[in-house]
Amino acid sequence: MTERAIMEKVQARFGATLLASYEFRGQCAVTIRPAQLRPMLEWLRDDPEIHADWLMDVGGVDYLGFSPADGSGDDDREWRYEVVYQVYSMKHNHRFRVKVAVAEPDLVVPSVWDLWGIANWMEREVWDLYGIRFEGHPNLRRILCHDEFVGHALRKDYPINKRQKLTSPSENILCEKVEWA
Amino acid sequence: MSEGTKVPAIPSELMTLNVGPAHPATHGTLRLQLQLDGETIVNSACEIGYLHRGFEKQCEAVYYQFVIPYAERLNYMGPVHNSNAWCFACETMLGIEAPPRAQALRVITSEMGRIIDHAVCIGTNLVDIGALTNFWYMYNYREKIYDLYEELCGARMMVNYPRIGGVSLDAPDGWFDKLLRVIDEMQEAVGEVRALVERNRIFMDRTIGAGVITRELALSHGVTGPCLRAAGIPYDIRKAQPYWGYDKYDFEVPTAEGGDTYDRTVVRFQEMYESCKIIRQAVASMPAGPVMVDDHLVALPEKDKVYNTMEGLINHFKLVMHGIKPPVGEIYSATEGGCGEVGFYIVSDGSAKPWRVRIRPPCFANYSTFPKIIQGAMLADAIAALGSINIIAGELDR
Amino acid sequence: MGLENELEGMPVLATRLDEVINWGRKYALWPMPYGTACCAIEFMGVVSSRFDVSRFGAELVRFSPRQADLLLVMGTITQKMAPVLKQIYDQMPDPKWVVSMGACASSGGFYDNYSVVQGIDELVPVDVYVAGCPPRPENVIGAIVKIQEKISNESIRNWR
Repeated sequence: MTERAIMEKVQARFGATLLASYEFRGQCAVTIRPAQLRPMLEWLRDDPEIHADWLMDVGGVDYLGFSPADGSGDDDREWRYEVVYQVYSMKHNHRFRVKVAVAEPDLVVPSVWDLWGIANWMEREVWDLYGIRFEGHPNLRRILCHDEFVGHALRKDYPINKRQKLTSPSENILCEKVEWA
Repeated sequence: MSEGTKVPAIPSELMTLNVGPAHPATHGTLRLQLQLDGETIVNSACEIGYLHRGFEKQCEAVYYQFVIPYAERLNYMGPVHNSNAWCFACETMLGIEAPPRAQALRVITSEMGRIIDHAVCIGTNLVDIGALTNFWYMYNYREKIYDLYEELCGARMMVNYPRIGGVSLDAPDGWFDKLLRVIDEMQEAVGEVRALVERNRIFMDRTIGAGVITRELALSHGVTGPCLRAAGIPYDIRKAQPYWGYDKYDFEVPTAEGGDTYDRTVVRFQEMYESCKIIRQAVASMPAGPVMVDDHLVALPEKDKVYNTMEGLINHFKLVMHGIKPPVGEIYSATEGGCGEVGFYIVSDGSAKPWRVRIRPPCFANYSTFPKIIQGAMLADAIAALGSINIIAGELDR
Repeated sequence: MGLENELEGMPVLATRLDEVINWGRKYALWPMPYGTACCAIEFMGVVSSRFDVSRFGAELVRFSPRQADLLLVMGTITQKMAPVLKQIYDQMPDPKWVVSMGACASSGGFYDNYSVVQGIDELVPVDVYVAGCPPRPENVIGAIVKIQEKISNESIRNWR
């Protein structure tokens, strides 16, 4: 299937709840609200024609001061962040992209770590760099920046060369309660 | 001791062992904390981020073409692939395609990178489990490949070779002949190391069944590259979604069944052969023509024009000072790096600086399986498995 | 060594204590390679077959700081790593020397951002800086020779 065909299928299934859908250079994406994330990813995975069973990537984007003309129509979007999920179907060899609009003040997205193990670390990274919380995540700690870091480095309003010193390294990283997915 | 004597259980408690972040077996800057019952790992945690160099933030502050050296330093074991991949992603964004000769040169440099990546991985992994000889063998030939890089563009390791829209320089005279000679020698050296290792009883006992990544785990964690192929899934982007004309070349995707440390090593050996095969075919079918696109919005003009014509000078100035400006949009471009799927997700706001660059690092996904695969294993198996996953901290932490 | 013939049956040599101790120190450097990034891969080239750092008496690579007297910092040091580097330096017994290999270790390199320490001299004293990104193996050997020169001009009184 081409990505456009997948998008049409997604539009037919989730039509009313899509915030935007988008095509550029043959690659397609849809923007949804956090509540639709889990149903949509599960549907993409289970639909026999799409069968996107691989979650390849999870990343955040901060759109502070820039709103792309991606079909959402207005320049002044209500959400500032997006969490981007790249899915891939090995069986049918096609990719698709799902973007979750995350609006301030409560930056919360449901976690998918129980569906894909990779989401565990990737969501921790999005939390670390953007400050978006993942509801249901078992171990939402910083992963790339150190423990004493204040703020979220990849936000557009974080100055690039604002350095924060680490005074003492973390002693214990073992958490007994963590179930590794 | 007589049959009837009962030995009371020795009171014991779990020992917490910290490995890294400055430990030779961690291949860079990883940190593990293990809870050990004797030598058996009952619980473990990984800490990463010790080499978090802010790649993604840095990219947002520079022009598209200046990301090339940053991208290259992500994977420093097989350096050229990531910058090739970055240029490819930018080209996809711009809607242009590098000329065929540039694509073939990219294939050659990327495959050379893959060979030395696997050579270093196998060499250092074998050092970890006590076989030093292979390290010297592999490094000897790695140096020869570095010499080739040096001849191609003046640097040994971080070559900064590709450009958006092609590659910076054509190969010098006689370079391809040298390349073929080195590839033959390399293949022979790989054969020697293989002969020392592959049926070696000690090596087999150490690695078979150690650190198994099953298919289910691979699927759940998005494992790609040799680790995935060792688990029996023949996924290779060079075959699945070919780029740079990989569909023209005849090569196999080696797989194994077990997904353990031994299989990963064997798959890497075979991939080195396949890379040699691809390089030979690419040299044999090397197309003639330019190595840069003919597009003044992307390619720097020739030096002759810069120095002698007004238009050339202005063009050069505009490109260097104001950069390349892709249209507003976003792209995800995946290529097959040494460790797996290297994906660049780029969001452009139409200016010369990317709005957002996200790299999907293969090592990140591969390494996230690590606490699972060493659960219940012996400590020594964990070290063997760690080396065979081939974690490159630059790519893991970015 | 042939020296005993020159001395004609009197196997005694008068020299300065500094000279003989420095002579011993400089040809038996035990480096601790603190490799974090790309430069560490290039250092592997330094110790391996072609460049062979053992010609300069510095091949006995120790991964424990307590056994080493030459700290080779190779690669980017991030804020998260900084306390670790400091700790490793403190663990090394005197006398000790530090080589900062590559642009990142020396100055932060082209990573001028929130997570990278802008030069390890913020954390530990550095004796020799090696330029390059990454430096060629010859440069690293050059740095070891520089350290040897430095050692031969030192006095044992400086180290206690």
